[in-house]
Amino acid sequence: MLTTIRVNGVDRAVEVDPRTSLLDFLRERVGLKGTKKGCDHGQCGACTVLVNGVRINACLSLAVMHDGDEVLTVEGLADGEALHPVQQAFLSEDAFQCGYCTPGQICSTVGLLAEVAAGQPSEVTADLAGPVTLSDAEIRERMSGNICRCSAYPQILAAVRRAAGAAA
Amino acid sequence: MKPFAFERARDVDHALSLAAASPGARFLAGGTNLLDLMKLEIEQPARLIDVGRLPLAEIAETAAGGLRIGALATNTAVASDPRVRSRYPALARAILAGGSVQLRNKATVGGNLMQRTRCPYFMDAAKPCNKRLPGSGCSAMEGLSRSLALFGASEMCVAVSPSDMSVALAAFDAVAETVRADGSVRRRPVETLHRLPGEAPQVDTDLAPDELVLAVELPPPPPGPQAWRKVRARASYTGAIASVAVAGDRVALGAVAARPWRARLAEAALADGASAAEAAAAELAHAEGPEGRRSLVRRITADAIREAREGAAS
Repeated sequence: MLTTIRVNGVDRAVEVDPRTSLLDFLRERVGLKGTKKGCDHGQCGACTVLVNGVRINACLSLAVMHDGDEVLTVEGLADGEALHPVQQAFLSEDAFQCGYCTPGQICSTVGLLAEVAAGQPSEVTADLAGPVTLSDAEIRERMSGNICRCSAYPQILAAVRRAAGAAA
Repeated sequence: MKPFAFERARDVDHALSLAAASPGARFLAGGTNLLDLMKLEIEQPARLIDVGRLPLAEIAETAAGGLRIGALATNTAVASDPRVRSRYPALARAILAGGSVQLRNKATVGGNLMQRTRCPYFMDAAKPCNKRLPGSGCSAMEGLSRSLALFGASEMCVAVSPSDMSVALAAFDAVAETVRADGSVRRRPVETLHRLPGEAPQVDTDLAPDELVLAVELPPPPPGPQAWRKVRARASYTGAIASVAVAGDRVALGAVAARPWRARLAEAALADGASAAEAAAAELAHAEGPEGRRSLVRRITADAIREAREGAAS
């Protein structure tokens, strides 16, 4: 099926087998290998991308479901040589070891900041009716869909905190 | 993944006529459960009918003073809705306890109701499972006991519903509205949308193959505080070992049956002036299964009732 997805601002029209996941579309058909395949079952978050501004697991979605959608991957975050503030925060806090989960962690953080700005609650939000304050507990809960096998969690937490400060 | 035909539905009628004309077709909304099971080849639909773009995502006030939640509203949209947060906090909490943000951003209310069990033997195609392969046997009966049904199980199947959302929906007496290709609209309580396994555990619900969930309707919330409890094996992002939703004088238990389990014996005991512990014990007196699991559910049920009565839940 001819499927056109706008990836990082560029329309990509590709003839795909309907079984092609959005993740495989990005990696194998468009050649953007930044988005990583970890578990391929929505459990690890390595494939996190933003679709129409919202973070999802690219492995649990079919490319054909996204005809006409706008997808932002880790490759689309930087402005030329200038890193995105979330990328810079991960560098500044040394928030990775092997780096395999990092593109997913970074895209997830970009999504998280937008969700917090929109006032969306999480499971640990004490007052559902009140505004959301991005405490460490909130960051941990909201990042629980991204696993880091090297366990760089303290640094990832610090990076998200730093990025949130930069975004505020 | 087995090959399948893919079609994007133009409108509800198109989706229904495609389904009626295609045996073995499945509706596809967020896909977070169906596509996962297709990768494992546990689900092998001949055709996917993508209903994800149909205009069924609205959350609207009803004339009765409740909310009508379109079947394609995402989990995130429902849990973030100010009306849900203020009037149905136990529902918002239940949704926020399920999956990860990435999954909740994609998963829909209709899809949540249609998701399959996470019984580890159902998920493992190498193991006998009457729900996956009728007549092959039940591996769970003698296997891991953590997720065994305590209520309504049969000799054929002890799998439980994995949905956190539906536990709260059951406590609010929510109704699922569906439509079929012949135009017939049905309204069923979410509480009884799912069948108990009986002799045919492979059939999760009594929805026809061409029957599409349109919306879930919440009546006005019952008076009184609400509470939500979920016990699981880690702090976030995993399924319930058991859960409890309390809304006023109503109590529903999760991950203890093939459907969200309204604890009507506990409710009756509370109406008769029983304590939280007595009410929980009244319900669990009729549970079957390992004592450890029954004891756990008894304790969290009592805790949730107590929490609601003290008005501690927000």
